[in-house]
Amino acid sequence: MTDTYAGSYDTTEGRVFTVMGQDWDTITGNKAGETERIVVNMGPQHPSTHGVLRLILEIEGETVTEARCGIGYLHTGIEKNMEYRHWTQGVTFVTRMDYLSPFFNETAYCLGVEKLLGITDQIPERANVIRVMMMELNRISSHLVALATGGMELGALTAMIFGFRERESILDLFELVTGLRMNSAYIRPGGVAQDLPAGAEEKIRETIKSLPRRFKDTSDMLVDNSIWMGRTAGVGVLDLAGCMAIGATGPILRATGLPADLRKSDPYCGYENYEFDVITKDTSDAYGRFLIRLEEMEQSLNIVDQCLDRLQPGPVMVEDKKIAWPAQLSIGSDGQGNSLDHIRHIMGESMEALIHHFKLVTEGFNVPAGQAYAAVESPRGELGVHVVSDGGTRPYRVHYRDPSFTNLQATAAMCEGSQIADVIAAVASIDPVMGGVDR
Amino acid sequence: MSDDVVKAGLPLLQVTTVREGMFGASGSGDTSGFGGLVSVVPVPVASAQPYGSYFDEIYAELVAALPTFNSSAEKAIEKIVIAHDEMTIYVHPSELVAVARTLRDEPGLRFELCLGVSGVHYPNQTGAELHAVYHFRSITHNRRVRLEVVAADSHPHIPSIVSVYPTNDWHERETFDFFGLIFDGHPHLTRIQMPDDWQGHPQRKDYPLGGIPVEYKGATVPAPDERRSYN
Repeated sequence: MTDTYAGSYDTTEGRVFTVMGQDWDTITGNKAGETERIVVNMGPQHPSTHGVLRLILEIEGETVTEARCGIGYLHTGIEKNMEYRHWTQGVTFVTRMDYLSPFFNETAYCLGVEKLLGITDQIPERANVIRVMMMELNRISSHLVALATGGMELGALTAMIFGFRERESILDLFELVTGLRMNSAYIRPGGVAQDLPAGAEEKIRETIKSLPRRFKDTSDMLVDNSIWMGRTAGVGVLDLAGCMAIGATGPILRATGLPADLRKSDPYCGYENYEFDVITKDTSDAYGRFLIRLEEMEQSLNIVDQCLDRLQPGPVMVEDKKIAWPAQLSIGSDGQGNSLDHIRHIMGESMEALIHHFKLVTEGFNVPAGQAYAAVESPRGELGVHVVSDGGTRPYRVHYRDPSFTNLQATAAMCEGSQIADVIAAVASIDPVMGGVDR
Repeated sequence: MSDDVVKAGLPLLQVTTVREGMFGASGSGDTSGFGGLVSVVPVPVASAQPYGSYFDEIYAELVAALPTFNSSAEKAIEKIVIAHDEMTIYVHPSELVAVARTLRDEPGLRFELCLGVSGVHYPNQTGAELHAVYHFRSITHNRRVRLEVVAADSHPHIPSIVSVYPTNDWHERETFDFFGLIFDGHPHLTRIQMPDDWQGHPQRKDYPLGGIPVEYKGATVPAPDERRSYN
């Protein structure tokens, strides 16, 4: 029986055969003078390609001679969609880009919008502390997925179980604070959508107390583990010059020994008030990146702890009522909705308050014309947002410089000349999130 | 429309947007009088020296170093805009590669990282519809700068800076894919996000957005750009 997808055709470069597996013997031998090239398509639906990444590998035996990435399988046109929603609704879109680090996407966007509004200095202290806390919790959950999927792809299934188990406890905190495990749209231009609910601080404190012991399971299993080191040490090497040329940031850059971290060099949301170390290694390889992620999680726990100490009662939204989103929510017998006090105020007491609520929610606010660039240190590197306004109530253009997109360009430099098995380790150490790559 | 723009004292080229009315609706029998409002959003005007912060140093270093890289400030720099504590240098397209090389190689500038290119489409800026916006970061000096390059829709060509900053490889492909900007000298300028056989460039403002047919008495949900909206 012949396979309809397998076959052969002539090209200017010679005859091309497509084989589907177990049909290699159907290929007739080369004519004299012809060379053989084998191109293997890995993905986009492959368990070890970190989502819908397509790798196109040219191989000689087990050695990869050329590696190329095919992306775009998860392109959803988020940047275009945002141009037809008002500024606050934009948060709901950007949170879905890099789905493993939603709070970083939200914060970067909000910092850009706030820059254009000129209200960066007016963001309340409590809102900034909550932003930092959510981002650092998010960094832990994102690094846990990086370790979990990276481990799974290299065959360390227990790492996957541990990683996703620990991540679940962080997602529980997200659910407690924002109501959603992912795609929270919690950080808004001007502050955050809601104050922390009652009991959240205790729950966060409890969780971060239990996490170091649970991280130890992962580190005991993988650090100095000869199999794990055999798969990752010296694999996917990219030195400092390579990182600069390719524009790689985050753990890849810090694994070359350069302590590049926007939280230190260009602090935002009050990061200058926290004590933490920038973790670096000097191995430039996948093992170094793994160690950096492991140690960064501990630093993040440390920052969350400082956040909890810094939390003082106060507003979580700017005072300007033209910008502050009227998100006075509460939980009633029929679920979550606008708080009864707020409903009473706008429906029963003040016509102006009703008009104001209606205008702000349906029309939004105008942002002065201009452009701004805001960047945060996401778990994967510099996450930059270029925000352009034409003075309207909707973004004129929003562009994300997603670190996954830029870092993924390093695939060829990291993989060419290595074995196919090392491609998996290298790509896992880049930790690309295709939602962020394709947007 | 153009009469109103002239009335506002601005030639068409220097207008980002002209906004009419209050609610983006037309033909609704507006009796409020707000429907007659016309507001013009001009393009940003050049800032005057001193620029403040570290921007004066960047400018001085750039002007001094450009001749070393076969360019000059008169040829390369069109205007400088300082806004939101950020510096934007409008660069003439022909000198873009020289300016990028200066930014990277001059020790006093040393912008090691290029953070990609972002396209913006301004259909109202006749002859300068397509903008390519580059962000740079210097790790050595902890500084940032932005370059903006303009191309006409009729000749959407900008030189590629991949030879200076290889990181821009995918970024330029993305901007080509979404805006139709052609980066001359790019090693393989092909689509990156959209399918290879896609027609059009989706992030352009004139790209048609499809409505959604609904199976109820022939109704459709209009495309987002045809819906009634605030403006």
